[in-house]
Amino acid sequence: MNWLTEITLNHYLALSGILFMIGMAGVMIRRSILVIYMCLELMLNAANLALVAFNRFSPAARDYDGQIMVFFIITVAAAEVAVGLALIVSLYRLRQTTNVNDLNSLKF
Amino acid sequence: MNWIVLLPPLIAAVLITLVLHPYKKISVFTSILACTISLGGALALFFSSSNEGLSSFVWAAVPGLKITIGAMGDHLAVLMLLVVTGVGLLIHIFSYGYMEQDPSLSRFYAKLSLFMFSMLGIVLADNLVMMFIFWELVGLSSYLLIGFWFQKPSAAEAAKKAFIVNRIGDFGFLLGILGTWAIFGSIHFTELKEIVATSGVPAGFSSGIVALVAFGLFMGCMGKSAQVPLHVWLPDAMEGPTPVSALIHAATMVAAGVYMLCRVFFILELSVSALDVIMWIGAITSIFAALIALQQNDIKRILAYSTLSQLGYMVMAVGIGATTEAMFHLTTHAFFKALLFLAAGSVIHGLHHEQDIWKMGNLKKYMPVTFWTFLIGTAALTGFPFLSGFFSKESILFAAYHQNIVVFSIGIFTALLTAFYMTRLVVVAFFGKERTHEVHHAHESPLVMTVPLIVLAILSLFGGVIGIDHYIGEHKVAHEAGGFYFVMGLSITCFLAGTAGALFIYLKAKAEPFSLPLLRDKFYSDEIYEACLVKPQQVLAKALSWFDYWVVGGVFVRLTSISAAGAGEILRLLQGGSLQAYVVMFILGVALLCYWFLVRVAL
Repeated sequence: MNWLTEITLNHYLALSGILFMIGMAGVMIRRSILVIYMCLELMLNAANLALVAFNRFSPAARDYDGQIMVFFIITVAAAEVAVGLALIVSLYRLRQTTNVNDLNSLKF
Repeated sequence: MNWIVLLPPLIAAVLITLVLHPYKKISVFTSILACTISLGGALALFFSSSNEGLSSFVWAAVPGLKITIGAMGDHLAVLMLLVVTGVGLLIHIFSYGYMEQDPSLSRFYAKLSLFMFSMLGIVLADNLVMMFIFWELVGLSSYLLIGFWFQKPSAAEAAKKAFIVNRIGDFGFLLGILGTWAIFGSIHFTELKEIVATSGVPAGFSSGIVALVAFGLFMGCMGKSAQVPLHVWLPDAMEGPTPVSALIHAATMVAAGVYMLCRVFFILELSVSALDVIMWIGAITSIFAALIALQQNDIKRILAYSTLSQLGYMVMAVGIGATTEAMFHLTTHAFFKALLFLAAGSVIHGLHHEQDIWKMGNLKKYMPVTFWTFLIGTAALTGFPFLSGFFSKESILFAAYHQNIVVFSIGIFTALLTAFYMTRLVVVAFFGKERTHEVHHAHESPLVMTVPLIVLAILSLFGGVIGIDHYIGEHKVAHEAGGFYFVMGLSITCFLAGTAGALFIYLKAKAEPFSLPLLRDKFYSDEIYEACLVKPQQVLAKALSWFDYWVVGGVFVRLTSISAAGAGEILRLLQGGSLQAYVVMFILGVALLCYWFLVRVAL
């Protein structure tokens, strides 16, 4: 029962993978563009979690490379959210919908 | 010295083309002046005692081959220079009268000057390559001048025909030059002459090779001097302006072939079989063309076939080995044939471009100067005793008499035919009654045209006795060799018989009394060419065009574009506009990559 008493890297990675899968499934199957967007954020945070865990359990854990990269991702994600939400609002004003099934006019 | 002869026409041609062409009179004057300077240079060469120090420069040099642009100053070249510049100057002057009304007068004179430059280059050439360069230039200027009235489809066709037929001969000439270089290791006439004189043909070259090389050189002459079977272009070349016919297609360019043969005679001489071929082709051409001339109705075409026939004479003389006689005949022929063509030009000018002799008649009343000069030209050509043509033709026949009796008979018979068809021409065109109404409006040409006629007539009268033949060299057969008076008697008899026959038949004739379709249609030579060369060539061209359209264009070009477009058509079906379909494809792609790199490669 070692894995219940001691938290190892694998636990973090498993959680990260589960989060990533949930996000990916959401992106693939949900119809509301806002939900898809939130699922994307979930995938990003799954990656963040993995990075931090790697840094924590690295044998040469003298530096903070993982953490720094996470800060970068958070920053970029914040900027992306600003742009993306603006686009979504604008799209909604134009089409009166956020259902991706109705947003399919961009094709051949 | 030689540059004074060679360069003025080139300068004139360039000046007229680039600067002077809007000013017609200045262009004409420039061109005539250039020709006069060349004539002066030629005269200076003639009178200077030694022509050793002619300047030359190296144009290209590679190991084993040095090509110079230089000049020959021997008697052969000087005589030819005098003929080209002298007759050329007279024709330049005549052309002003003939072409005055033409809107492209400047272009005409520019081309004429270009021709003079190229022709003088051939004459001066001191090596085969230089000669070949100018040989091609002459072909070009001939093409330009035949096609001078390029708006007329027939003139454009004739120009093309002349150029293409000449290409065949030029190709042979080029092979001959390469062969000469391969055998003797030199292309310079003086060096070659020395090599041939001292050591003959180098070991290792069979007589067959030498004969082939000699024949290659002769091919050049066949094209340029229009020998059978490459004769077809010359009659058609009469589509050009008449002064051009006189200068290029009678007096100078077509004689360049004969001049070239005399130049390289020491090479031809090495092969008896090549000389035989030359002799027979010359003889065949002379009689063949004379027969055709019997039934032609176009005044210029009769003269064209007559030119062919006389060129055949000269080539035949070279084949016999009588180069002095050939050059002698070339010179006198240049005088009287230029005269005949210019007089014909005067007639055509006076009759507003009527060329059919059966629409003329009694022109002697309306154009006396033209008539008398034409008559003198005819007399000189047909061998009227003691005129220029008589002496030169006589000397060729005499040499032939001692060489080959069959060729001699052909020559004599041709002389008879010549007297016949020329008398027919004169009688029909100048005697009898006016056959059409237009003749009543005929007028004598202005002085600018008649003066050159008179000068040429004087040359035709006395050209035989001023010692042209002694200037070039020894006669092949001395007059004492026997049979001299027999040959002379025979040729005078032929002259009389031919003239009398034509007078008897044509003096009262209202239309052509005989009809010989075989002769009228030129032995069907154009038709034979059509069937043997043009048709197969067209079939081949069609086949190649099919190949180009279906294989090159179809398989390689159109099939490629169709497959690219088709692939695009299929792939665009994937782009359905559904965002989540893209996401699925993207994730599948990522999964595939992960599988490839993490599982397959890692294993």
